[in-house]
Amino acid sequence: MANARRRGRRVAETPRAKPNLRLRRQLIVGGLSLAFAVLAGAVFFRQVIETDFLQNEGQRRYLRDGEIAARRGVITDRNGEPLAVSTPVETVWAEPRKLVAHLDAIAPLAAALDLDAAGLRQKIQDNAERGFMYIKRRVSFDEARAVREAIAEHGLQGVDFETEYRRFYPGAEVFGHVIGFTNIEDRGQEGLELEYDAQLEAVPGLHRVIRDGRQRIVQEVEQIRPPRPGKDLVLSLDRRLQFLAYRELMAAVKEHKAKGGTAVVLDVATGEVLAMVNQPGYNPNGDRDGGSERRRNRAVTDVMEPGSTVKPLVIAAALEKGLVSPGTRIATGPGVLRVGSNLVKDVHNYGTLDVTGVITKSSNVGSVKIAQMMDYAGLWDIYRKVGFGQPTGIGFPGETRGSLRHYSQWRPFEHATMAFGYGLSVTALQLAQAYGVLAADGIKRPVTLLKRDSNDPSMLPVATRVLSVDTARKVRAMMETVVSDKGTARRAEIPGYRVGGKTGTAKKASGSRGYGGRRYQSVFAGFVPAGNPRLVMVVMVDEPGGSSYYGGLVAAPVFQRVMEGALRLLNVPPDDPPPSMLLVHRGGAS
Amino acid sequence: MGIKPVSSRLGANETQPEIGLFRRLHIDLTLLVALLALCGFGLIVLYSASDQDPGTIQRQLIRLGLAIGLMGAIAQIPPQTLRRWSPALYGVGVLMLLAVLVVGEIGKGAQRWLDLGVFRFQPSELLKLAVPMTLAWLLSSRPLPPRLLGISLALALTMVPVLLIAKQPDLGTSLLVASAGIAVLFMAGLSWRMILGFVIVAAAIAPLVWYGMHDYQRARVLTFLDPQSDPLGTGYHIIQSQIAIGSGGISGKGWLNGTQSHLEFLPERHTDFIFAVIGEEFGFTGILALLALYLFIVMRGLLIAARAQDNYGRLLAGALSLVFFVYVFVNTGMVSGLLPVVGVPLPLISYGGTSMVTLLTAFGILMSIETHRQIK
Repeated sequence: MANARRRGRRVAETPRAKPNLRLRRQLIVGGLSLAFAVLAGAVFFRQVIETDFLQNEGQRRYLRDGEIAARRGVITDRNGEPLAVSTPVETVWAEPRKLVAHLDAIAPLAAALDLDAAGLRQKIQDNAERGFMYIKRRVSFDEARAVREAIAEHGLQGVDFETEYRRFYPGAEVFGHVIGFTNIEDRGQEGLELEYDAQLEAVPGLHRVIRDGRQRIVQEVEQIRPPRPGKDLVLSLDRRLQFLAYRELMAAVKEHKAKGGTAVVLDVATGEVLAMVNQPGYNPNGDRDGGSERRRNRAVTDVMEPGSTVKPLVIAAALEKGLVSPGTRIATGPGVLRVGSNLVKDVHNYGTLDVTGVITKSSNVGSVKIAQMMDYAGLWDIYRKVGFGQPTGIGFPGETRGSLRHYSQWRPFEHATMAFGYGLSVTALQLAQAYGVLAADGIKRPVTLLKRDSNDPSMLPVATRVLSVDTARKVRAMMETVVSDKGTARRAEIPGYRVGGKTGTAKKASGSRGYGGRRYQSVFAGFVPAGNPRLVMVVMVDEPGGSSYYGGLVAAPVFQRVMEGALRLLNVPPDDPPPSMLLVHRGGAS
Repeated sequence: MGIKPVSSRLGANETQPEIGLFRRLHIDLTLLVALLALCGFGLIVLYSASDQDPGTIQRQLIRLGLAIGLMGAIAQIPPQTLRRWSPALYGVGVLMLLAVLVVGEIGKGAQRWLDLGVFRFQPSELLKLAVPMTLAWLLSSRPLPPRLLGISLALALTMVPVLLIAKQPDLGTSLLVASAGIAVLFMAGLSWRMILGFVIVAAAIAPLVWYGMHDYQRARVLTFLDPQSDPLGTGYHIIQSQIAIGSGGISGKGWLNGTQSHLEFLPERHTDFIFAVIGEEFGFTGILALLALYLFIVMRGLLIAARAQDNYGRLLAGALSLVFFVYVFVNTGMVSGLLPVVGVPLPLISYGGTSMVTLLTAFGILMSIETHRQIK
């Protein structure tokens, strides 16, 4: 047998082979054991000695702290109608350092989001080292779906979504000036969004989550801080009146080819602003161009010279001091009055008027003569008391206080012009607040844009008496004559209601030409129902470009239409029912 | 027969095997139980590592069944027959390697597969068996220890497939094939002087090997030396697997509870890096038990080698056992950070059929060697 022979020869020829092989087997077994011991030692080192460190490293890989989006407070009108709401939307973000490996798939991603592919590619390459980058924030539902499809189709890695809230303004242009808007970080930028940002602001929550190797959230481990949604804000505005006022103001501005306009409606009993509208407008949902010209809440930020609308205040002051009574006769002829070297003129020569007639006809001469019965301080005092020259405290960014110079600096002619509304400036809101004093039987209530809860005493305004009840009623009765066939604002008449008010047609001063230009501000300020007023409204149309510019022709019709609708909406009973209505009413009762 | 078989003179481990049922079936019961225990544990781990995917387990079970059947079939072939066929097997294997280089399919950046129509075949796997078989055939046909001519021939027979496989490139398999050849030579009684000579030569040509390597291979070595140098690229595997192992602690996080593996931080977790899943879920205790099982199987193989009746059986059994050990060591060493990353699966546990078939075939050969001994 060949095998046996060979083995035999091997043993014979190399006698040292046998112990060699035994040693070798022992070496192999020893070596193997040693190798396994080294392996076990290495694993021991990781699992026992380094385990804390490595476990910590492991946790760092899957435990992450993440933000929980929180909703900004909702702004509603006084009846709970939403004016600014936050809805959850998706934001697309990326991990550029992963995405740089998929540059060929950028084009479909960009197409899904309607972005420029080359620009996006460049942006990703510029941020190639970074782990986070927004691709597009607050995308639409369709865009989010298109991105998901692109991810699935091209196996994109490093693109993900997060939830954010998008602010939406259902009131659009109508409420834009008052509400304002927020920026991309959901912080208030203008209007009430800015004023009450701290209250409305949502504080995102923080939670610890388990994320897998693809950065997907698998499980929430603990909530470190719950998300704190912003507090809601209830405004005093009434959406219905606001829409009405906006529509009518816009129509008037258009009809009279005016530059702009503003209107304010106050609730007499509470000082709440029920409507505050401006022209021109803008849509806070997107169209934010045009700068402050279109975005200003002119009712609060812009001043005007009140013109004839101050005359009822002058007469109220004189009545309060007992200097005149409604029947006191004032000689206004010949329609011109010399004050120092200046002349005060009326439109016509009204001859001799009683105090009521001064209001009815809006006689500058009569008003000046009544003012001249008082010293400077007397006139200044009434303006001061109704709130001119001071902030209203309404709480609105950029509110202006207007100007009312102290009487110690007045010159005699200023004393005169002050009596028919020149030489001082007020906002539409201040004028409305002043008329609110007359309407509320002489009581001044601070104005507000927030709803006043009549059940909560702390929310009720601090009222101060400015005029006696008697004075206020007498002045209101005079102002009712304005809204009549004899007065300057016949167009403010509302069937079934007694209406009181005053027109104003102020020439605008321009830097170079003084009052020489033909630029006017047409104003009407009034209240309804005149017997026991519920609403005060101020309408100002800026620089009407058509043939009419008198307050009674341009501004009074706006007042009439808005107040007519408002009285119906608020169920205010008529205080001057025509005979036909009375019959119907009695018939119904019997 | 004037001269007693070598095995009877090897001493201590020798026992008289009785002729039982398994012996007649040519199955080594001890080895079978150990292998089944290992494969069973492998399925349990795989269930967790595959995120409890029944499909994965099902496929693995089918492969396992086929491979065990193949093992039983191989065990029926007497070692003498295997010996006769060894050179032919080698020749076919090398031809197929050449074919792969020409027409092979490309998978994961390397050309390793040969599409035989019915199934895809990785010829390099065949060489893991053919090389030790052929070397055992070569060296056992001459007196041991081998002379220079035999050694040179053996080296040449080893280097041809090793280089062909390295060219694919498949560093892991070429390493295993080389270790199989070296194991045969070592056990054949290569003199220490020769071994020393080889070490010196190896050290001298190491720089040449370095420059001959592919960029990704070089990167792996560099990353192994300092994983933090490229934590997002090649170092990622090493760092993540060490974190997974370290997270296990002594007792582990429990089956199905490994965070690193289930949250997809651990790459290749059901194939090459499954050892890290074991480390995380079963802890140091589980690792020790697994290593003990591996060590037991290797020792059983070496015992079979020691008891083999002829030099062919002895050399082959010893070499196959050592290759199995190298398999285990390269994988576990890689996952636990002792060795650079080389694509070698964890034997009989990692998901995949190729290495399972090769390994269980090898154990079939071992069983054949053990059970075809003629009792004197």
